[in-house]
Amino acid sequence: MSSFATHTLKTFSIGGIHPPENKWSAGQKIVTLPIPKQVSIPVIQHIGAPSKVLVNKGDVVKVGQLLAESSGFVSANVHASVSGKVSKIESAFDSSGYKRISVIIDVQGDEWLENIDLTDNLISNITLESAEIVKKINEMGIVGLGGATFPTHVKLSIPENKKAEYLIINAVECEPYLTSDHQLMMEKSDQIIVGTRILMKALKVNKAIIGIENNKPDAIELFSQKLSGPSDIEVVALKVQYPQGGEKQLIKSVLNREVPSGKLPIDVGCVVQNVGTAFAVYEAIQKNKPLIERVVCVSGHDLKNPSNFMVRMGTPVETLIEATGGVPEGTNLIINGGPMMGKSISRLDVPVTKGTSGILMFKQTVSNHNQYQACIRCAKCVSVCPMGLEPYYLMSLAQKNRFDEMEAAYPTDCIECGSCSYTCPSHRPLLDFIRLGKSEVNQIIRQRNQR
Amino acid sequence: MNLNLKMSLSPHIHSGNSVKKEMYGVIWALVPVWLVSIYFFGVDALRVTLISVLACLAFEWLIQKFLNKTESTLWDGSAGVTGILLAFNLPSNLPTWMIIVGAFVAIAIAKMSFGGLGQNPFNPALVARVFMLISFPVQMTSWPVPDALNFSMVDAQTGATALGIMKEGLKNGEPMSELMNHIPETFDMLLGRMGGSMGEVSALALILGGLFMWWRKIITWHIPVSIIATIALFTGILHALNPGQYATPSFHILAGGALLGAIFMATDMVTSPMSKKGMLVFGIGIGLITVIIRVFGAYPEGISFAILIMNAFVPLINKYLKPNRFGKEVKNG
Ligand code: SF4
Ligand code: SF4
Repeated sequence: MSSFATHTLKTFSIGGIHPPENKWSAGQKIVTLPIPKQVSIPVIQHIGAPSKVLVNKGDVVKVGQLLAESSGFVSANVHASVSGKVSKIESAFDSSGYKRISVIIDVQGDEWLENIDLTDNLISNITLESAEIVKKINEMGIVGLGGATFPTHVKLSIPENKKAEYLIINAVECEPYLTSDHQLMMEKSDQIIVGTRILMKALKVNKAIIGIENNKPDAIELFSQKLSGPSDIEVVALKVQYPQGGEKQLIKSVLNREVPSGKLPIDVGCVVQNVGTAFAVYEAIQKNKPLIERVVCVSGHDLKNPSNFMVRMGTPVETLIEATGGVPEGTNLIINGGPMMGKSISRLDVPVTKGTSGILMFKQTVSNHNQYQACIRCAKCVSVCPMGLEPYYLMSLAQKNRFDEMEAAYPTDCIECGSCSYTCPSHRPLLDFIRLGKSEVNQIIRQRNQR
Repeated sequence: MNLNLKMSLSPHIHSGNSVKKEMYGVIWALVPVWLVSIYFFGVDALRVTLISVLACLAFEWLIQKFLNKTESTLWDGSAGVTGILLAFNLPSNLPTWMIIVGAFVAIAIAKMSFGGLGQNPFNPALVARVFMLISFPVQMTSWPVPDALNFSMVDAQTGATALGIMKEGLKNGEPMSELMNHIPETFDMLLGRMGGSMGEVSALALILGGLFMWWRKIITWHIPVSIIATIALFTGILHALNPGQYATPSFHILAGGALLGAIFMATDMVTSPMSKKGMLVFGIGIGLITVIIRVFGAYPEGISFAILIMNAFVPLINKYLKPNRFGKEVKNG
């Protein structure tokens, strides 16, 4: 299949890098992973407040049953991904390395709540009204599936004084290695399109744009074909350039609008949702299915079978890895998410949660953040920063604890894309120090606002 | 299986770029220039480069080992680059001991005394060149006239550079048309058949090296192009105003160290600005000062001084010319 001509491709204006893509699991059909014997479901799998547990030890639950209830506006419901008996409610490690209150369920059979539609029938007719859609998305525990896990209903609740004009579907998948969104697009295109229309209705916008990076020409062609003719949804092919999938970069690329520093996409009339989220929204609204499973890409160096799995939440990471042939000899780093923004995990018994887009197994020889050389002032970090910051300068201020001065250099604009650390010839851990500075500066700002 | 997992923060991959790769990239880019200098200046070119590089490495090693007691960065290539660049700024008939003095100034004074790689405000090779120009004015300005494949150890003929001929001639009131007969043809200047320091004679080899560094992303176009464009524009205006008094832009670009300076000396990462805007201002400044010194000053060549002067402004440039921040000036539509 030919890729689209490069000169027509849109992209963002400042910085960016092009790491090797290594999408080894591309084209692998999504395989439904067998249900494990036991799952561990943390009551916090999203950004925001932890949910309140509703079940007790010994309770028998069905698939789709509410386990923990959202405890505020920015919070999300958590549902049972399996049927069986609640054996424990305990503090257990999740993939971030923290202990979280988790509901442990011993699996018995696979019994779903009766109102969930398990057929493959495509339902295109959207009957619910805008407010009802948002409410139901909230009930179904939908969060952003690109990795950020921000509750979707919050993003769909537009403040009084603002107006959404565009829905942008983020189908960029700019992280190297990851292929879960790509494969989902190839297999569930009709559902994703209906999901997009549901989100449009929720936002009361009549225009949506699906942004796809040009390394997925089959997906671009499939969606362009399905959406050909005058359409409310436009497909935009984007240049392969990291971080094309950053919200602000994506908006710049597809609409040439620039979200002002410190502001949100809605300030330029946009709401961005991940393509996986659009699929989850379809299932929630049309099929009554809460967010209890997701696609996880498993890949890595020397892995026997890089794969895309449909996985029930709470399944141990170990189970996924075993299904791909086991941890390859010599692996010393396992990442939850992509190599640029994902987090390393220290143990394999942790569960897959709503934010797990991939599990990567690496044999890492370089990038030891402790061994770095002096800055040679080559300006590479400056030229790759998609936010137009000066990473070398931010790091040097953070190293000297000069956080007051640092505020004027806008560490709060940093999207933590890692392009600077990736590029630095002196292997300086720029982002590590910028993160530190960012949190210190945020604290300074908070304290000042309190006074 | 016994898993030994590392915990580390993102990003988990790296470009594989390193200081060493950057520096060796510069060295590769210098190879064509070096070969041309050997072709024209013979064994002496080999001698000057070798002495200069070895002396730079030796001083760096000695200082790190006995004075600073820091880990050796000898093989990262930066001292080697300084050594080669210093050599390229010297006449090929310079006595060995003077080269060693130059290397000492470059490494010990201009680089290590500021804290080593990345800390020095001024380009070390240029500091050494200017120091030597002042200390050994005679030896530093009598240039052997290039003679292809000069492998005899007999002293070659020496003479002034094209810029020197021009400056002297104009001072003595000789008309430009007359002077143009004494200076090399443009084509000869392109190839390097003219008097000058080892590295500045062949424009083609310099441009080739510059393109290589640009392709390898070691440098961006901003600094070299803004310097050359400024020199071309400024001397072009002067020439148009009074062709009898001022030489053509192509003469100014090809004669002397304009290309060596613009491509290899001004682009030194450590001593040039960080933002694209800053680089352009830096380049324009160098171009202007170069022409002012050449045309109105006492020295025939001015680019070394121009670069050093602009080096001094780099902290200021970095402070006021920041990169374009995303979302700062909002242009929507
Ligand atoms: S991590 Fe932050 S500072 Fe570094 S390149 Fe990305 S946005 Fe810029
Ligand atoms: S990329 Fe690294 S060495 Fe280059 S300027 Fe930035 S911090 Fe310094």
